Amino acid sequence: MKTHVSRFSLALTVIAVIVTAFFTSTLRPGSGATAQGPDWQTIAQQRGLTEEDLRAAAMTYTPSGMLDEFILFASGGQSGQVLVIGVPSMRLLRTIAVFTPEPWQGYGYGAMEEVLAGGNIGDQQALWGDSHHPALSETGGLYDGQWLFINDKANGRIAVIDLRDFETKQIVKNPLFLNDHGGAFVTPNTEYVIEGGQYAMPLGGAYAPISDYESAYRGLVTFWAFDRQTGRIDPSRSFALELPPYWQDLCDAGKLVSEGWIFCNSFNTELATGGIEKGNPPFEAGASRGTTDFLHIINLKAAEQVFQSGQTVEINGMQVIPLDVAVQNNLLYFTPEPRSPHGVDVAPQGDFIVISGKLDPHVSIYSWARIQAAIAAGPAETDAYGVPILALEDVLEAQVEVGLGPLHTQFDDQGYAYTSLFLDTAVARWSMGAEGYRPQDGWTLQGTIPVQYNIGHLVVAGGDTIAPDGRYLVALNKWSVDRFNNLGPLLPQNFQLIDISQPGSQMQLLYDMPITAAEPHYSQIIRADRLNAWEVYPEVGWDPITQSVDPNAVAPGTEGITRDGNHVTVRMTAVRSHFNPEHVEIQAGDHVTWTITSLERARDATHGFAIPYYGINLSLEPGETVTFEFEATQPGVFSYYCTEFCSALHLEMAGYMLVQPQ
Amino acid sequence: MAANYIESMANRTVERPASGESRARQLAARLPSLTYVLAAGLLLASIALPYWNMTLLAPQYPGGLYVRVFVNRMTGDDDPVLDEVREIDNLNHYIGMRPLAEAAQFERSIAVPALLLLAGLLVVAAFWRRRWGWLLVVPPLLFPIVFLADMAYWLNNFGQNLDPYAPFSSAIQPFTPPILGEGLVGQFRTIAALDTGWFLATAGSLLILAGLVTTLVQARRGHPGRGAA
Repeated sequence: MKTHVSRFSLALTVIAVIVTAFFTSTLRPGSGATAQGPDWQTIAQQRGLTEEDLRAAAMTYTPSGMLDEFILFASGGQSGQVLVIGVPSMRLLRTIAVFTPEPWQGYGYGAMEEVLAGGNIGDQQALWGDSHHPALSETGGLYDGQWLFINDKANGRIAVIDLRDFETKQIVKNPLFLNDHGGAFVTPNTEYVIEGGQYAMPLGGAYAPISDYESAYRGLVTFWAFDRQTGRIDPSRSFALELPPYWQDLCDAGKLVSEGWIFCNSFNTELATGGIEKGNPPFEAGASRGTTDFLHIINLKAAEQVFQSGQTVEINGMQVIPLDVAVQNNLLYFTPEPRSPHGVDVAPQGDFIVISGKLDPHVSIYSWARIQAAIAAGPAETDAYGVPILALEDVLEAQVEVGLGPLHTQFDDQGYAYTSLFLDTAVARWSMGAEGYRPQDGWTLQGTIPVQYNIGHLVVAGGDTIAPDGRYLVALNKWSVDRFNNLGPLLPQNFQLIDISQPGSQMQLLYDMPITAAEPHYSQIIRADRLNAWEVYPEVGWDPITQSVDPNAVAPGTEGITRDGNHVTVRMTAVRSHFNPEHVEIQAGDHVTWTITSLERARDATHGFAIPYYGINLSLEPGETVTFEFEATQPGVFSYYCTEFCSALHLEMAGYMLVQPQ
Repeated sequence: MAANYIESMANRTVERPASGESRARQLAARLPSLTYVLAAGLLLASIALPYWNMTLLAPQYPGGLYVRVFVNRMTGDDDPVLDEVREIDNLNHYIGMRPLAEAAQFERSIAVPALLLLAGLLVVAAFWRRRWGWLLVVPPLLFPIVFLADMAYWLNNFGQNLDPYAPFSSAIQPFTPPILGEGLVGQFRTIAALDTGWFLATAGSLLILAGLVTTLVQARRGHPGRGAA
């Protein structure tokens, strides 16, 4: 009761601060005036706020200038972006353009086009992505705050984002597969970025009729080697593993005791091929007929050796370990899992693997020690493709009935696990009954908290690392139905912040955050102090693609326009509040190479640069250099200007490009 | 050998006190040499330290901007990224103020040799105790005031000579930034203050003054022959 009272008084204090801030800003903008009007109790009463609401406000309200303790990276779904959100304030802090051109960041409108082009599919430009699962780079099984990877399910691609400037540096297209789902996940020291497949198909873009499904269609998991020195995925050191045409779903990397192993689940081990229009069972029924699917257990360390010893075939430039080679070398094992699972999550100590069959009310906990023993004992049977199957009873540690539609599991620092329940639209908290977690509680359900509505993934701070931070959980809900004002039939997603700091069944919903940029799938939460981003680029003339000074950067005093035949080179600087030069006189038919260097060093002194008609829009962050090229096909007068309100003379920060007709 | 020579030089003007004289008088006789040498040291050390600084505070620069003036250069704080002098120049161009590097170019170019010379004068004055020898210490004595006067001149010169065609020329009239204390330019509050280098030089001046007074007092008391030398 005593702590209850002090908590309440803390909440009241925070509300008082809110009220102060409110009246300070509305009644006397910019002044340091004190609060006026009704006191906080009256306001709380008028708004119908309960004591619990006030506590939630105290835990989340973040006054101006206070920074968030955690940073959440969420996939941006069909927007092809990454969203960066502060926790516990749930403020959207940044959108990172990844798979889709984005003008504010100058991504794909004259600049950064080579990064986007890295994800082209042959000659086909892929101008959007379905970003799904962000993965922060890890060192020793902990987020190190240096890199972020994310997959594009639609086009089977992986992107690399540098967390020094929060910009995308590389996109690689999987040359074997159209799409992916089980990515991006990293090994505990980020040696590999894992990209599992999704819908089985002939490898390498080949054609085969659906009637050849069993013989010609294949599943896949790709291990992209990441080079920290260059900050790039190195395709020449990357390889893939051919899998039976089960629809591989999510993956996770083993850690600590299970480091060097990879776990992927699958569905449609029934090998259903659909065809509802032909009177066949639709996929949703055909792929759910069996009672179990297969958890894939992959020996990555051994697979790496097989790859390095050259026992691979090359398809579209990618080295692939064929399925029979994988079986011969004991790289791959299966074990049954509840059908149509949607998550495979390795516990913090690497000793358990948690799977939820979404059509089964249990979470199933597999023991790594038992898996190893079963492998050592020698599996008794194989599947149709010769892959050895470990008997479920040999490897299963426990099952906990958590509710309907269990999907994904995350872990906290108190020995609890949290599983999202799609059908129940709730989060279940259950205790890990093993040594090192909560042996005193056993493997038991502790409580559930409803969420609004239809939760997919969930995320706990550090919840997939070897040392979760706990405290906060965010439910990534697909539906929001009645949570926000009605603004037409397309509704936002709903991120709900939940306090999980208290033990047992105590969990409190703190905050609803609408997400209006497509459907985020997975998220990760890192402690803010683990990030170490630049405030401005380290030196004037910085090229964000190479992350070094561009030798072609424009120093003040060297601006100018030079001509070589019909090739015109424009060398320009930008500083508050002018571009130099302000007249660019060229001729129709010229090929123009234009470099702009921002001379700014002050934090946040960003300029934009647009040439209308020619489709150019750049973001010039302090110190940045950008080079773009175009054909001056259209004669006329084109005013170029700064697109970011940079200073009091911002509108004057302009110039004319005069394209003389031939 | 050299010490004997200096001793003999010194003895030409200030006679070794008679054996009956007090130790205090002996000490007083040596004091000026000591203070002049110390002052020379302080003056030399001050070359490495800022003499004056200005902090500029504005709502959009929560950390403020900061410029330090040394006898021969200007810098910002130790921010490895933001060149604050350039940032201030960049802001100043809106009100038509010339770049700070154009101020006191001559003074800054001769500052280091000049301070070496002043220190040299002090050392000479410490051991070359002729009748008008004390005049040598007057330039180093006055240096801190000369520095401030020159600062004030340039502040006034820059503040008063704004480009009439600058973007903010109608909003911000020519002004004289205060050499010490607070001022206001546009949305910027400026706080000017003396810094460690100037304080060292001034401590040197006080030492010089102490030595000088001692010398003059000694000269007045009982060295009758000196006036006629």
